[in-house]
Amino acid sequence: MREVTLGIGGAAGDGLDKTGDTFAKTASRLGLYLYAYNSYQSIIRGGHIWLRVRMGEEKVYSHGDHLNLLIALNQDTLERHAREVEPGGAVLFNSDKLTLDSSLFESQVLPVPMPVRELLKPLGKTLPVMQNTVSLGAAIFLMGLDFEMMAEVLADTFQHKGQEVVNQNVQVAKAGYNYAKEKFVPLGYEWNFSRIRRPFITGNEAMALGAVAAGCKFYSAYPMTPASTILHWMVAHADRCGIVVKQCEDEIAVANMAVGAGLAGARSMCATSGGGFALMTEAVGQAGMIEAPVVFITVQRGGPSTGIPTKTEQADLNQALGASQGDFPRIIMAPADVTEAYYTAAEALNLADKYQLPVIILSDLLLSEHPETIERDALKPDLVIDRGQLVTEWPEGNGTYKRYAFTESGISPRALPGTKNTVYVSPTDDHDEEGILISDEYTSPPVRRKVQEKRMRKLEGALKELPPPQIEGPEDADITLVGWGSCRGVIREAAEVLRSEGIATNQLHFKYLLPFHAKEALEILNGCRKTIGVEVNYTGQFARHLRSETGFSLDDMVLKYDGEPFEPAFIVNRVKEIVRGESLSLEVTREEAQEIAYHYIRTHLGNAVRPASMQVGNGVSAEEPTWCIELVSRKGGEKTGDLFVGQRTGSTYAWQPVSTVSAD
Amino acid sequence: MEMTISLPISTYESIIDPDWCPGCGDFGVLRGVKMAAGKLGIKPEELFTVSGIGCSSNLPGYIHAYGVHSLHGRAVAVASGIKFANQDMNVVITGGDGDGYGIGLGHFVHAMRRNLDLTYIVMNNQIYGLTTGQASPTTMKEVRTKSTPRGNAEMPLNPIALAIVSGATYVSRAFSGEPRHMADVIAGGIAHKGFALVDVFSPCVTYNKINTYPWFKKRVYKLEDDPDYDATDHKGALNRAYEWGDRIPLGLFYREEQPTYEESEPAMKEGPLVHQKLGLEKELFDDLMEEFV
Repeated sequence: MREVTLGIGGAAGDGLDKTGDTFAKTASRLGLYLYAYNSYQSIIRGGHIWLRVRMGEEKVYSHGDHLNLLIALNQDTLERHAREVEPGGAVLFNSDKLTLDSSLFESQVLPVPMPVRELLKPLGKTLPVMQNTVSLGAAIFLMGLDFEMMAEVLADTFQHKGQEVVNQNVQVAKAGYNYAKEKFVPLGYEWNFSRIRRPFITGNEAMALGAVAAGCKFYSAYPMTPASTILHWMVAHADRCGIVVKQCEDEIAVANMAVGAGLAGARSMCATSGGGFALMTEAVGQAGMIEAPVVFITVQRGGPSTGIPTKTEQADLNQALGASQGDFPRIIMAPADVTEAYYTAAEALNLADKYQLPVIILSDLLLSEHPETIERDALKPDLVIDRGQLVTEWPEGNGTYKRYAFTESGISPRALPGTKNTVYVSPTDDHDEEGILISDEYTSPPVRRKVQEKRMRKLEGALKELPPPQIEGPEDADITLVGWGSCRGVIREAAEVLRSEGIATNQLHFKYLLPFHAKEALEILNGCRKTIGVEVNYTGQFARHLRSETGFSLDDMVLKYDGEPFEPAFIVNRVKEIVRGESLSLEVTREEAQEIAYHYIRTHLGNAVRPASMQVGNGVSAEEPTWCIELVSRKGGEKTGDLFVGQRTGSTYAWQPVSTVSAD
Repeated sequence: MEMTISLPISTYESIIDPDWCPGCGDFGVLRGVKMAAGKLGIKPEELFTVSGIGCSSNLPGYIHAYGVHSLHGRAVAVASGIKFANQDMNVVITGGDGDGYGIGLGHFVHAMRRNLDLTYIVMNNQIYGLTTGQASPTTMKEVRTKSTPRGNAEMPLNPIALAIVSGATYVSRAFSGEPRHMADVIAGGIAHKGFALVDVFSPCVTYNKINTYPWFKKRVYKLEDDPDYDATDHKGALNRAYEWGDRIPLGLFYREEQPTYEESEPAMKEGPLVHQKLGLEKELFDDLMEEFV
């Protein structure tokens, strides 16, 4: 399969998002499948933004671990990523501002300096951000994509600003395209464009759309990355879709309003991230107790506390499992990809109504924010809307309506407030069948026992309804990779690579985390030769959950907690180490030492220097070997000093400028 | 003036008797709510009482109407969600001063800014009763309670002034010792389109030995009896909100006609959300999908 990965790097405010969008839409409309991942930071301007767009003629399931073409919008990007470009690829940069010396890239990689000022001169006054469009035009040529399609995308993007702006953008792109055509030959990618126009959509957009298509009528939120784009989509489409979207004063209000709306009978949903979900938890228990259907989405980001707000992690499973005091029934699901995110939102609303309980959807930054191409008919509008057992009328002679009737299934048929002759109170104090408190004057241990059993019994029905996990890939394998949530795609690709290298690998993936298919999971796991958990956190929260539900301990783990999502090679390499019996090394790698050096340079030394040669030695007094990183001037290349970084701890021990070194 | 009662108070008779202490001010409020609903002819299935946690928050259990006895401090947020979902309901929030002015203060202030059509009755006894007598946000300065043995060091919160500056469009006060007047004030709040606050002096006979019935009876007067008082004058209302001591005003401090939040919400123009058709028409869905291409 033909596939290519484009990287675009720059500072926040460089207009990288729009550039990436234009490229992605162009490739997508040509019929290619894309998966994009933007590694960004919690600032509005500056910093380092690193967007990768992987595309192929067939579906791709992660952003991969290749780099074929780089568009560098600043010097940092050239220094940090040009070396990653694979032979046969190219590095594009604005040669008016940036320099690419030959030490920064591999041979057989084509440097493409763009004389942006000169190219733009004939076009009159242009905006600084248009340097990106020049490079994009050139990239389209080099990658063998269709310029007319890019012109169409630019027209769609800028039409609201008028024809003049459209024309200017197209001309700017054309200038870059023509320049590349004149000076270079294409990189030789042979594409077969199907020109099928498929949606290119993020997990958050899919969940928002899925919820509305399944009848969500009330959505409340407080802004929090990486859940905010659900709010943005919802509010942008609220009027057309007939939903109320309410931004509240805090997540406590968000959750309680959602509970109120759910209790009153509107399909109701709210979303947040871990910190906001912490504030919501008491209301989650409230929904469990008063049996109000509500869907809570919590989009995990790097924690704990404020953590790394723009980075991904899967470390809030414990939080979801333990949200709120007491035992109460809840359903927890973690969709694996964008398409599943759409159907999961709809499924969650149905389950919430049917079993009258809170449903928690655990997403994460990767799933929620990355866009990918899906099939044209992947998301279907005709969703099943199952509101569960509703009492729509209650004749006067029927006796007392019992809102919390003790039934075999645990589900008490629900009359929505406003239904004649069904007046009832929903208390967060524990209560009897009629909703009368058993907490104060009328305490009753047996009633309490039966009401608790009634509520919890609902999960038995739910478990029967939910599909159990299944082995994906070959039945007969030496290695089974066990994951949950957004890791399914990247695990699938890692398993393919491992198989191609002779290690028979399959995968077992979990979407339904509570109630849990303990029996089915254990049966499968008992039949596996070697099980390796794969999750984006430090402690292996899912592995622990699996153990608590089944008593089964996974043989080993592949964990990642640096804020970036898995790439297939990371999993493959670690699995191979495990197979070889090698223990996990936590030492700072060469690439990491370089990044730690960049971190120190940016925080202490300004922009004039960069790391150059690196070696492990004992250059400074430390109780561990250190990376000795030579720093050189960005302009002249002369050495400015050495930086020492501990190989085990990652501590930055010393910065010795050249003058101090020579004085020794 | 003789009150016209459209529905008898027995309409709202619950099978459960209140477990409040004999003499508790909340009995008067319960009666006041029933009288107000009766006066306005609100049927039980059209009334939704929402409370938080505390002695007074048990009220929804004692009235024959829909109710939710929600979390401590969250009644206003839950009630807002109910109103968004079903604007046909008369949503009346019934809670205490600790619940609304302490732990729930944030929701209270923002609900007033928002001006949803809600009525908020705060049974203000200036003490935490259910937890046996600690200081509340409205406990007067220097008063000794279980949690302030040296005397309360903090200023009491002024709910009336806070409501007036926070955008509430109906700001009033009542007293459990004046049940008929209270019923009128509550009925006015329910009939008012927008957020209505009814702060009620509802004495705690067990834990507050200072702010007792006689203490209030000596001091309270009705704004309605002052011919010069203008409840539409914002600054004048704020001035009067600070009156405390020998004379304490009851009645309607401030009233303003403003569009409600519901009126600004396009989705609610088609009637209550709970009665609307669910899901998307294929044509609209296709349009939405096209935005992703």
